[in-house]
Amino acid sequence: MLELALKGDKKYWGLVIALLTFIGIGFVVYLKQLDFGLGITGMSRDVSWGFYIAQFTFLVGVAAGGVMVVLPKYLHDYKAFGRITILGEFLAIAAVTMCLLFIIADLGQPMRAFNVILYPTPGSVLFWDMIVLNGYLLLNVVIGWNVLEAERNNIHYAKWVKPLIITSIIWAPAIHTVTAFLYCGLPGRGFWLTAILAPRFLASAFAAGPALLILLCLIIRKFTKFDPGKEQIQSLAKIVTYAIIINVFFLLCEVFVVFYSRIPSHMSHLQYLFAGLHGHGALVPWMWTSMALMATSIVLLVIPTARKNECILAFACVILFIGTWIDKGMGMISGGFVPNPLHHVTEYMPTLPEILITLGVYATGLLVLTILFKVAVGVKEEVSGVKDSCESC
Amino acid sequence: MGNSRRSFLKVAGITALGIGTKPVLDVFASSGGHGVEPKPEVSKNVEVFTAKRWGMVIDTRKFHSAEDLDPIIEACHKIHNVPEIPEPRHKIMWIWEDEYKHVFTHREHELINDRIKHLPFLVLCNHCEKPACVRACPTKATFKRDDGIVLMDFHRCIGCRFCMAACPYGSRSFNFRDPRPFIKEENKEFPTRMKGVVEKCNFCAERLAVGKLPACVEASNGAIVVGDLDDPESEIRDLLSSNYTIRRKPDLGAGPSVFYIV
Repeated sequence: MLELALKGDKKYWGLVIALLTFIGIGFVVYLKQLDFGLGITGMSRDVSWGFYIAQFTFLVGVAAGGVMVVLPKYLHDYKAFGRITILGEFLAIAAVTMCLLFIIADLGQPMRAFNVILYPTPGSVLFWDMIVLNGYLLLNVVIGWNVLEAERNNIHYAKWVKPLIITSIIWAPAIHTVTAFLYCGLPGRGFWLTAILAPRFLASAFAAGPALLILLCLIIRKFTKFDPGKEQIQSLAKIVTYAIIINVFFLLCEVFVVFYSRIPSHMSHLQYLFAGLHGHGALVPWMWTSMALMATSIVLLVIPTARKNECILAFACVILFIGTWIDKGMGMISGGFVPNPLHHVTEYMPTLPEILITLGVYATGLLVLTILFKVAVGVKEEVSGVKDSCESC
Repeated sequence: MGNSRRSFLKVAGITALGIGTKPVLDVFASSGGHGVEPKPEVSKNVEVFTAKRWGMVIDTRKFHSAEDLDPIIEACHKIHNVPEIPEPRHKIMWIWEDEYKHVFTHREHELINDRIKHLPFLVLCNHCEKPACVRACPTKATFKRDDGIVLMDFHRCIGCRFCMAACPYGSRSFNFRDPRPFIKEENKEFPTRMKGVVEKCNFCAERLAVGKLPACVEASNGAIVVGDLDDPESEIRDLLSSNYTIRRKPDLGAGPSVFYIV
């Protein structure tokens, strides 16, 4: 089926070349990082995880979000989603690919990465994260490819694929739960030390993932002959609406517990993020922007007439995606490190090389997504073409 | 005190004996062909400092200003090839000083007496009983020895920095760049590190193994004492039972093995 990715118009190849350019730039800067060390980033002794790990965390959510089209289709037999499950699965593949690349980019000694397998340590959550992420990638590659190939050949997919699909549905929340456990089990980090972290991660994942999927569906409809469908988009929109409301609700639960209990080691991080601490407040405008974007998206999504208008829906999805990205991709990780365990404030901002490497990884993920979606849409167009000709004869 | 002094002298004596007999054994070893096997275990004669569970007591009453601490920090950092990197973000610290309110974050209050308020406190790895860093490490590159010392394998560390996020004491440093150009005077007896790995205080495990006390203890004029927490007869237990001591963040349950007399 990959041959479908080799035939495309000028716009397609333009996109591929643009992405390859970003990948190239990111790779060159990564070589520099490999040579110099992680010192070219903005990370420090106090903020020892930065942009890479934050993007990784956000994208695990996007990957898990893909299950929101797979689950209704296979567990509730919601047939409408059958049209777009492949998009959810392929989005998951692209997102997990980026996650793995971000982890590699973040390692001080990437050539020793296999030590995680060589000296397996089940007591470490990172060990399990390695397993669930690679497992989820493999599941989605096998399932996506087989189901799409079956669709192309106009047959039902093989029987052994079904158990894998069920597994992948359970697996999706697992990847984001384990990712949350990376943070929420650490004794000295009050910001993350909360049982609501994994549920919060999942809620924002099930908002951001499907929101991105809606946008991708609209793009596909605009640029190809395949229409993912109005009903599909509206069903996704309802999922996004519930998820973003739950996400904000969980956040407010956290805010209540932290500020009503007034335990300083828990309060100080939220204070830093939303009000600034000891004169440091680089993230304050970002965090309030994030809140405003999420709140606005809720208003737009909750009103049925607004949600049903695809232009407004697209706008709501864009601001929701940006809002959740700021929340997780900027605040969630460095917020946990500021102040540090000795209550010193060292701020963190990514450096230009760090941003270029990040863009390179995003471009890689988008390239994977572009190629996979090209294949998927190609098959969809082919199949509908066959159907059309049958109907005519 | 007398007890540990005696045992120290005993150790020193045996160590000297070991060094004294080594040339003789070397002669035996090199003579060969006379049925005398080479004895690689010559070092057996060198008594080592051992404990069931190592601990440290820092008597902060014996310190008055940062100048009192500087030689201790310097001794440690020099012996362990800890680089002096000017960029604050990339700093490597095994042992350093900070104020009471930062060291004992849960005990700080505004009316605390002036001596404590302005006294510099030594901060280092606590060699916890239940170390969060060891639990987090995905490769066992950081591990706890049976005697309680938490160590790093610089060759296995992948540089994921999970241990740094896990440590509630901020005791770990990461080599954000090649540290070697920033080592003023290299100590050939201890390895230097490469970029991309985590490091921290190792309780001078390499010195204990040859019967030497930790560098900070040696440089402290008796203000720092290490010993076996499991031995009721040890000097450290004597100090603990005759003084009121505090630990950093004991509420987290990690079981830090560094005690402070304030």
